[in-house]
Amino acid sequence: MEFATTYLVLACVFGLFMAWGIGANDVANAMATSVGSRALTIRQAVLIAAVFEFLGAFLAGGEVTATIRKGIIDVAVVSDKPELLVIGMLASLLAAALWLLAASSRGWPVSTTHTIVGAIVGFAIAGIGFGAVEWGRIGAIVSSWVVSPLLAGTIGFVLFVSVQRLILGTAEPFRNAKRYVPFYIFLVGFFVSLVTLLKGLKHFGLGFTTLQSYLLALGIGVTLALVGKIYISRIHLDPALDEQFHFANVERVFGVLMIFTACAMAFAHGSNDVANAVGPVAAVISLVTSGGAVGREAALSFWILLLGGGGIVIGLLMYGTRVMTTVGSNITELTPSRGFAATLAAAATVVLASGTGLPISTTHTLVGAVLGVGMARGISALNLSVVSNIFMSWVITLPAGAILAIVFFYLFKAFIT
Amino acid sequence: MAARSYVMKIFGRAPVRRIQQHMDKVVLCVAELEPFLKAAVEGDWDRAREIQGSIGTLENEADEIKRDIRLHLPKGVFMPVSRVDLLEMLRLQDMVANKAKDIAGLMLGREMDVPASISNDMIEYARRAIEAARQACTAINELDELFESGFRGAEVELVGSMIKRLDEIEKQNDQQQIKLRANLFEIEDDLNPVKVVFLYRIIDWVGDIADLAQRVGSRLEYLLAR
Repeated sequence: MEFATTYLVLACVFGLFMAWGIGANDVANAMATSVGSRALTIRQAVLIAAVFEFLGAFLAGGEVTATIRKGIIDVAVVSDKPELLVIGMLASLLAAALWLLAASSRGWPVSTTHTIVGAIVGFAIAGIGFGAVEWGRIGAIVSSWVVSPLLAGTIGFVLFVSVQRLILGTAEPFRNAKRYVPFYIFLVGFFVSLVTLLKGLKHFGLGFTTLQSYLLALGIGVTLALVGKIYISRIHLDPALDEQFHFANVERVFGVLMIFTACAMAFAHGSNDVANAVGPVAAVISLVTSGGAVGREAALSFWILLLGGGGIVIGLLMYGTRVMTTVGSNITELTPSRGFAATLAAAATVVLASGTGLPISTTHTLVGAVLGVGMARGISALNLSVVSNIFMSWVITLPAGAILAIVFFYLFKAFIT
Repeated sequence: MAARSYVMKIFGRAPVRRIQQHMDKVVLCVAELEPFLKAAVEGDWDRAREIQGSIGTLENEADEIKRDIRLHLPKGVFMPVSRVDLLEMLRLQDMVANKAKDIAGLMLGREMDVPASISNDMIEYARRAIEAARQACTAINELDELFESGFRGAEVELVGSMIKRLDEIEKQNDQQQIKLRANLFEIEDDLNPVKVVFLYRIIDWVGDIADLAQRVGSRLEYLLAR
């Protein structure tokens, strides 16, 4: 292929740019409930985000990357002209990265996932043809955008009602918090590691059987719960704190839980959203080097996921920290007991989607989860107008990403030919 | 780039603490009635004027808080309780302070002296009305805990029992009112008729304080019930 090196370099640069943008802005949104509930300091939140975004991208980001790479466009249609696809993927990446940058700078609630999917579909229709798009797959992806907030909302609702029944609504909330919170920690560890083991680790060539996966996940869950229990046992009832607000000590216990759910959320975000940057890069690389053996695919995704995870962390450290600080200084009534229910619901949904290879919007899922907790009478005030703005924004984001991608596609094409 | 997260914007400013602050202010305002009445009974109108001034100031401060809460509760805000019920409760809270201001204003303006034979009962009667407002405040102070527990379980029962206590206080206050009116009726022929008319009005208004406090409590019950 002509210009092979140029394509590779451009793909990596654009991919890194996009990953940087996600780290700079989107991570703070994903971590908003964790940071906003003040269970974590900004420093802890940034550290958790850096480590677990990276781990999520690296360990569980393979499936969604594969979807973006080869699930949206029917590659067979362009097998005689792979260059079109390469140019298109580069155009989509640049379009998505720039749109995100513009939107974030204006504070518009756009989703990285919707942007990149819109961009890829847009260039495919304009540049290759209507038939090149895997419409069945797109249908599944778009319906997952509706289902994921609903599912997260339902889980959030159930989680919060369980917290009410087991802890907050009882006569001895502090004692019950100490008793039940380790169980929630177990849930976090068990679920996230189970989905990752069952679905995410394919590209490492680690073949666990289903039974092994379950046992391992069980072990991880129990270990985390024990670690949490030790932390919680160090929290002693401080009567002075309860004078103003009787649940102050209970919330301290939930604060421990929040640390674990924040990790899960960062992991989930990394596993789903890094693919938005990395998927097109993987597509370009595999097309350019398609002369190589099929077996190279594993090694390929290995270092590309590294690139994506790294990009997110750089963006987070350069800019995301600042966004998180503003989140942390916002005055909200979001307490750890709520933050945990919403965050865990969102994280579980996103991890599940990542395992299934569905690119969903992490922040929309999180908003759905927050609403679910709100429906359980958990959140003292929600701005519904902002919520409808967030859900409306993807109506704009899809065509915006598509049009930008088409423009860049023809620009690149004109340059090269 | 805009250094803020849009997810955070969905969390509105919760009115809970402000509503509690408002009720605290209302109780401070109403509680001034006791020293005010004592000063009035003693005929110390300088001191009464001073206290009436501070009642006015406290009532104004409560008004400010009320306005601030209303401004921050636009229609698009979704809460675990009905926005209408919450605003109605706030309105009733505010009316308690207004009533205290009216009482002090009228008594000072007319330099109303309370007949010695009923003055002790009168102060006792006002004290019970103030207690009703205090009890309403105690219940309102559980509002943040109610929101925290999601309006479920032990906390709801606790507030329920506080409201029951409030109802009892109001009932006692009613009994006192009946007795006070009867006593005034017995001596009214010996008094200036205009003065008597206004004395009856003051008795009514003091009773209104307990009554309004009780209505604050029943609004709070509405919030629980939904």
